[in-house]
Amino acid sequence: MTPRVTKLVLGLSAPILALLMAFLITSAVLAAAGDPVGEVWGQLLSVPETRNVGNIIDNATVLYLSGLAAAVGFRMNLFNIGVDGQYRIAAFVAAVVAGEAWLPGYLNTVLAVLCAMAVGAVWAGIAGVLRATRGVSEVISTIMLNAIATALVAYLLREAAVREAGSNVIATKTIPEDSRIPNITISDGPPVVDIYGFVVLAVLAGFLFWFVLNKTRFGFDLRATGRSTTAAVASGISVNKMTVAAMMLSGAVAGLVGLPILLGSSFSYGSTFQSGLGFAGIAIALLGRNNAVGIAVGALLFAYLNEQSNPLQILVGVSPDIVAITQGTIVLTVVISYEVVRRYGVRMEQQAVARALEQERDDERAEVKA
Amino acid sequence: MRRSTRLAALLTAGILALATAGCGDEDEPNDDPTTGSGGDSSETADAPESDIKVGMAYDVGGRGDQSFNDSAAAGLDQAVEEFGFESEEGEASDGEAETQREERLRTFADAGYNPIIAVGFAYSASVAKVAVEYPDLSFAIIDDTASCEPFDGSDPVPNVACLVFAEEQGSFLVGAAAALKSEAGHVGFVGGVQVPLIEKFQAGYEAGAKAVNPDITIDVTYLTQPPDFSGFGDPAKGKTAAEGMYQGGADIVYHAAGGSGGGVFEAASEAGALAIGVDSDQYNTADPSVQDVILTSMLKNVNVAVYEYLTEVAAGTFPVGTNVYDLSVDGVGYSTSGGLVDDITADLDGYKQQIIDGEIEVPTAP
Repeated sequence: MTPRVTKLVLGLSAPILALLMAFLITSAVLAAAGDPVGEVWGQLLSVPETRNVGNIIDNATVLYLSGLAAAVGFRMNLFNIGVDGQYRIAAFVAAVVAGEAWLPGYLNTVLAVLCAMAVGAVWAGIAGVLRATRGVSEVISTIMLNAIATALVAYLLREAAVREAGSNVIATKTIPEDSRIPNITISDGPPVVDIYGFVVLAVLAGFLFWFVLNKTRFGFDLRATGRSTTAAVASGISVNKMTVAAMMLSGAVAGLVGLPILLGSSFSYGSTFQSGLGFAGIAIALLGRNNAVGIAVGALLFAYLNEQSNPLQILVGVSPDIVAITQGTIVLTVVISYEVVRRYGVRMEQQAVARALEQERDDERAEVKA
Repeated sequence: MRRSTRLAALLTAGILALATAGCGDEDEPNDDPTTGSGGDSSETADAPESDIKVGMAYDVGGRGDQSFNDSAAAGLDQAVEEFGFESEEGEASDGEAETQREERLRTFADAGYNPIIAVGFAYSASVAKVAVEYPDLSFAIIDDTASCEPFDGSDPVPNVACLVFAEEQGSFLVGAAAALKSEAGHVGFVGGVQVPLIEKFQAGYEAGAKAVNPDITIDVTYLTQPPDFSGFGDPAKGKTAAEGMYQGGADIVYHAAGGSGGGVFEAASEAGALAIGVDSDQYNTADPSVQDVILTSMLKNVNVAVYEYLTEVAAGTFPVGTNVYDLSVDGVGYSTSGGLVDDITADLDGYKQQIIDGEIEVPTAP
């Protein structure tokens, strides 16, 4: 095998190995719980209906942004566990701004999106500044900031909420119709199936993620700092500045996470707004190897599995937790299989080098003899 | 690969934290803790046959939460046994998307389930949306009236029944009991999460206490504010709040805080004071060590509502519109287990009759 083919085979074998292992482990869990293994896989691997495809794309859009936000930090070896708090506080602020409608039409939307990114950036920036100036671990500070965000949003929501008499749903003012991002129809139906218009912005965000990190000076500095702080310092990069900048960038992307929901379906931030998206994003970034396309695959996979949770319960009769177990198993097997394949690749390289050296020595001996 | 190991550990911690937080949502204890983990409710051999398939969509926690969902499940089980329905259940997961709640209802609808019952106000928007898509099927939602009495004044969704409770009336009675029993003239109220639903409990409780003793002091506190719903499942928070009230001079505290109520009972036990339970007869469900501090419990019979709804379904009519379960139909009430209120039942039943007759109108907002 030529080295290029070897590299390709190794690269492909990691995800295949991971999925195979996840399949086996999940089957074992199902068998142990006494669930019908065949039926579960039959349902999990069935082709979703158009309306489910719409839901999968919608959920994947949200998860993708969350994965990107986490990945920005990971590329610089920063663990932004605070995506969860950042997106909630940002979505709340965006909901209030858009609900007040100070500007007409889409200007209002643009303002809300910018506010969300700014709030996310500032909230994450706190952890960045603490790390840069006081050496506080960003893991600890972002987890704490998550708790503070929960309390702060709860307090502010009460202040800003509009109450409908008799309703238990507490929410911000509804965003006016001309400021909503129109959905894209993917099936004229019946039933008519729409997906979030925000999906376009998510794709754009993915492209910018790739472009900024791989094609710009800033991205190079960020990755270099992530690989080796000392090397970064030696080449004149200010690590402190990069820490704050990377956290703020991660937070700005996190600010976008709740917006597809806000501007595409809920139109207000209330007590039933989706929570926990930040933690899913960490898993997805890990699954996607911090790569713009990989994260998209991970987000689609997670969204697809989430969508199967209802039919699994209702049609097959297994606990919906099986979906969470499958997701967790996939993340673990991906991490492990990439490591296994990497080590195998390193060993192959070493053997190749050893063989080459041996060959050289033999040749030398042959020359000496001659 | 150290980085990945570290991450995996963090992930696990995050998921665990979420799972713990999620356990608390929407807890309202119930006297019939079912340990089943969901799935099919099999018919007994001698159960009558029926071709009605009931779909039940629970809130977070599902069957087995020893609480609100379980109470609804008890009503379903009773109806299944009696009428021979087929039934299937689905439950919400914490932090799920709105589309997942909708899909749960649609999956039932597409699989031929009719009626479909949604447990809890989290389904408010999804029932309103999905019921319109399936006009030939019947839906019911517990604890919410958004579909039956839309806030914007539009027409109600014609195929939805809204099953709600007059929590303020039951709370009025336990408020009166607290005032009758309080020696200090000082009582307390601990709410789980400050949503309008729980404010109804507070309003009734205050009205009842003041009806007995207009000069009574009533401490009020809520454990969390929405969208933080952990106040329904955090006994430590409940204990701290109640401890403060007992130290401040209150001698009876009423909790409407679901799973956090256990902490209120502990605080009462340590302070040598009394507490009032909620939703089910907590004298029977609480830890035996705190049983003797439970003066009474405000009963909210979700199982009765579910059972009565299904009884009508069995008879061939699908109820629609708002259905209020109040004192007159024993949808709410107070419990007498433990015997601590035996000497005042005459007073309480007097108030009950006055409320039923309309002589006393109990406020629904504080």
